[in-house]
Amino acid sequence: MALTKLDQLYRAVILDHSQSPRRRGVLDETTTQIELRNPTCGDVIQVQLNVQDGIVKDVRFDGSGCTISMASASMMTEAIIGKPVEEALKLSEEFSQVVQGNDVEHEQELGDAMMLSGVSKFPARIKCATLSWKALEKALESQGTGVDGQLKHEDMIE
Amino acid sequence: MTVPFEPFEHLEKDFAILNQIVNDEPLVYLDNAATTQKPEAVLQALETYYHTSNANVHRGVHTLAERATSQYEGSREVVRAFIHASETAEVLFTRGTTTSLNWVARSFGEMIVESGDEILISYMEHHSNIIPWQQLAKKKNAKLIYIELTEDGQLDLGDVKNKITDKTKIVSLTHVSNVLGVVNPIRQIADWVHEQNGYLVVDGAQAVPHMPVNVQALDADFYAFSGHKMLGPTGIGVLYGKRALLEQMEPIEFGGEMIDFVEEQDSTWKELPWKFEAGTPNIAGAIGLAAAIHYLNNIGMNNIMQHEREIVEYIMPKLEAIDGLTLFGPKDVAHRTGVISFNIDGIHPHDVATAMDMEGVAVRAGHHCAQPLMTYLNQPATARASFYLYNTKADADKFVEAIIATKEFFLNGLN
Repeated sequence: MALTKLDQLYRAVILDHSQSPRRRGVLDETTTQIELRNPTCGDVIQVQLNVQDGIVKDVRFDGSGCTISMASASMMTEAIIGKPVEEALKLSEEFSQVVQGNDVEHEQELGDAMMLSGVSKFPARIKCATLSWKALEKALESQGTGVDGQLKHEDMIE
Repeated sequence: MTVPFEPFEHLEKDFAILNQIVNDEPLVYLDNAATTQKPEAVLQALETYYHTSNANVHRGVHTLAERATSQYEGSREVVRAFIHASETAEVLFTRGTTTSLNWVARSFGEMIVESGDEILISYMEHHSNIIPWQQLAKKKNAKLIYIELTEDGQLDLGDVKNKITDKTKIVSLTHVSNVLGVVNPIRQIADWVHEQNGYLVVDGAQAVPHMPVNVQALDADFYAFSGHKMLGPTGIGVLYGKRALLEQMEPIEFGGEMIDFVEEQDSTWKELPWKFEAGTPNIAGAIGLAAAIHYLNNIGMNNIMQHEREIVEYIMPKLEAIDGLTLFGPKDVAHRTGVISFNIDGIHPHDVATAMDMEGVAVRAGHHCAQPLMTYLNQPATARASFYLYNTKADADKFVEAIIATKEFFLNGLN
């Protein structure tokens, strides 16, 4: 049965993150936040950050979307918490390489997010995996201005 | 008159694309509401045109130009007969339903809608039958009003009747919903609209491919549809309009092909239907569409409608028997086409579509260009299977098996 191939995409750890997401909810103290939508499928994600002295002290996400997008958001929060902003941005860049099937330097820092490397075999789902990371990037770049936005076409094909 | 189910089993041979393996499984293509596959006859018509007759239409005196013109205009007659318009002057070729509806909103809408007027649409419209009216309403300071739906996803006819008043200038409705599959009672609504001196625009993109359509019997003032959803090529569509209305309307685009005389400061337009068709039209597309109509006519639109109903009747009890499966739209096959939207509890429709793709079954997941409907149904998205004439009971079985396997995988598969 061809469904067995799905194991490449939906590993147990991914289903675990989507069913019991880490850091889903609302922060008490927020320095920057963003809502990002994927207009092609209707997924919505909110990412809230508390950045102090250039360090991501805390992070929460909320939203609605598929297994891949929700699991990825959960994994993203685990990977970036406590990291300097530049490092978080670097991990985001590396994650987008991972889901395109490329090797990266900081596999260990990406943690569970590495499990999403199987997404590279499912091109239509890459944007699901990168949605929360794109939100993170936009939030960090806007630094406290609280921008609302949509995932643009060029973001999806990156 | 109906034919037995079996003859449809053999149609697959006319569609080479359907005979392929996807993800190690035979392809079962169930995304026909998005676009349909093209039979060999249509592909051959395109090839023959380019091999033997390609030239620009209407303005050449040479042999090929004459040939291309007569094939292009001959295609218009094929379309006219297919939808039972009274004359070819009422059949405009466009890029597709979206263009057709935009033309009506911009040309006819801007002509008749004034500040304070009302435009009536419903919650089951495709974005292409929402946004042109939103834009018109904003520009004219008119009100855009939505018709409510019933519990099982039909137009609330009481609400339709209440909301059509002497303020209602335009009512624009889909003939068949691309999400719910429901067939709307267009003729009945046309009468109500006309009693109040309004005009009825119909989005027929999901109807013309699946059932006999007679624009005069429906008494629609405008009727729009696309070629690619009825076995034809992409990039060709139709806008039907009543002559009296089309004659009052100004063209949306200006340029070659649509002019009569051009002077330095002013020009005059050709007569209908050409005054709307600026620039070189999609000649091959029109010819391909006519070939698609010949193919459909050979089978018979009543037979196609009956075939889809049989599939829906066959599959509904099997789907209803699956625990945790929600179906959207009416249950009664007499009021619906082969569009089946569904969700599985606890599994996002994107995950459903990916899993089914691994089983070779192509379904769509998302908002289906109907975000207000998704909000109305309180669903972020749905999965959708849409059947057509070449789909068989075996495809329906494979579809049901794939749903069960998907459910198993996500809910029990990983221990």
